Amino acid sequence: MTDEPEPQLHPAPEPAAAEPEAAAPVLSLDGVGVSLSGRQILQDVTFEFDAGEFIGLIGSNGAGKTTLLRVILGLIHPTTGTILVAGRPRSRRNPMIGYVPQKIGLDPDMPIRARDLVGLGLDGQRFGLPLPSATRRAEVDAMLEAVDATRFADQRVGNLSGGEQQRIMIAHALISRPRLLLLDEPLANLDIRSEQEVVELVARIATEQQVAVLISAHDMNPLLPVMDQVVYIAGGRVASGTTEEVVSTESLTRLYGHRVDVIHVNGRILVVAGRENEGLHHHHGPDDHPGRSR
Amino acid sequence: MRMPVAATLAHVVFEPGFFSSSPVRVALVVGAVAAAVSGVVGVFTVARGQSFAGHALSDIGTAGGSAAFLIGISPLYGFVVMNLMAAGVMELIGIRRPRGRDVATGIVLGAALGLAALFLYWDTTSTSTTGATVNVLFGSIFTLPASMVPVIVILSVLALGLTLALYRPLILSSLSPDLAAARGVPVRLVGVGFLVALALAVSLSAITIGAILSTALLIGPAATALRLTSRTGTALVAAAAIGIASTWLGILLAYDSYDWTASHRAWPVSFFVVALVFVGYLVVDLVVGRRASAPRRTGATATTGATGATATTGATRASGAA
Repeated sequence: MTDEPEPQLHPAPEPAAAEPEAAAPVLSLDGVGVSLSGRQILQDVTFEFDAGEFIGLIGSNGAGKTTLLRVILGLIHPTTGTILVAGRPRSRRNPMIGYVPQKIGLDPDMPIRARDLVGLGLDGQRFGLPLPSATRRAEVDAMLEAVDATRFADQRVGNLSGGEQQRIMIAHALISRPRLLLLDEPLANLDIRSEQEVVELVARIATEQQVAVLISAHDMNPLLPVMDQVVYIAGGRVASGTTEEVVSTESLTRLYGHRVDVIHVNGRILVVAGRENEGLHHHHGPDDHPGRSR
Repeated sequence: MRMPVAATLAHVVFEPGFFSSSPVRVALVVGAVAAAVSGVVGVFTVARGQSFAGHALSDIGTAGGSAAFLIGISPLYGFVVMNLMAAGVMELIGIRRPRGRDVATGIVLGAALGLAALFLYWDTTSTSTTGATVNVLFGSIFTLPASMVPVIVILSVLALGLTLALYRPLILSSLSPDLAAARGVPVRLVGVGFLVALALAVSLSAITIGAILSTALLIGPAATALRLTSRTGTALVAAAAIGIASTWLGILLAYDSYDWTASHRAWPVSFFVVALVFVGYLVVDLVVGRRASAPRRTGATATTGATGATATTGATRASGAA
């Protein structure tokens, strides 16, 4: 608790070139493997990316997406391999990482306003009562504005819609000015319009604040317009690179170890199990999904 | 607002000797601190979905209270020791996991109630009265010796201080344990700390209105406060205030009820406190429930005009902000 970052009203200045971590990738994983209770969840996960990049972590439910995010957060220790955040071994309570978990207990009973939750992004880990401060309030207001949440800032978080709650959680994660933002399935349970809004918001903020975004999803299609790289995860192993490199019949067949067909339809990508399949991956874009071109 | 009314109606409202009675003064002090702690701890209990654990602790406390009575010490010590032990066991066997939580609570609850049955049986047979059972289960606020007041106040300050110290990490870990852990919050320690505060709150409430009824003081004012405000801090203050008001009014009514019937038998305090808490919740729920439905409708279909003042204000603020 001694390494509190100084609250800053304005985006953090670019780190000086002299700092060794400035040149290092924001996140790099090398040969990371994880076993939990004797079961191999992840193996040989290797990829890295830089500030301002937007990366989709794509895989079906149970493929290991959440485990991978938890490893990066330092909540799970990898059995093998190394993880560097901005060139340094990552530690628990890393102010460089902002996190939006998949399941949030935003019960309507929880007496907390949207702005309070955003404020907890600054000092939620501290003990004792929060002291009112004009700086803190201005900072929260600015963050609420940045995610277009001023309108419902004083409402109880539990009463907001799924898309509105996501905005608040993103503001909560970003207010401490991290260099890496991890979002676990932020599009799950959102309607198509909120889905688009959240994607656009995150992409805009990633550019504005030069924060790298790693966003997990089971459907890559909503992310196609904004994704710089894809980390595709299946059976605990990953393939990473540009969408063209990774999401191809050859590459994914290699990753799955089974025949998998990648089909392009109206700018959308469907990954379907090929013949001789064992009921693996099966994705359909919604019929009313707007067409996208790449 | 209460004071001028109290002044004019003093003679009618306060039966002779109300303020000069030592048991009443003790009851007012103990009732106030116990209600304040229960209200504050209760808000987090309800928000964290641990109402069942809170109720279980109050039932479990019965075993401690009846055992204390058996060896001739204040039931408060029995409640505190038993509740702290139960909280520890619940934590050990998995109260952290949402699934494990109910099972853990249920197992400890069953075992403790078995003990309570035994101790209460011994209490009753050894003194050949039902006083022990009634005191432990339904409260004994008028029979508390003045010497217990300092102990009760110290325990209250402890429970309150603990809850307020954990304030922010507690909210974070209630929202998402992973989120809290990623920010460096010792989630498990915070959970244990809160269970300790909960155990103390329930013990204090048990000594006031009885082990069986202490849930009412823990959950009722908190649930009412949660209907009234969306601010965490305000909810804590409101819950404490509602608890204190219900307890004091309950004590007053119980004192006055001595003269209500020809037989001159005062009704139990616990009944009045619980009844007031319950009625308070119903009234607030009815009033706020109607008001709360209005803004949600505006959110969906702009302003319908007929939804009243709240809806219009909400819409105005929204357009002003945009």
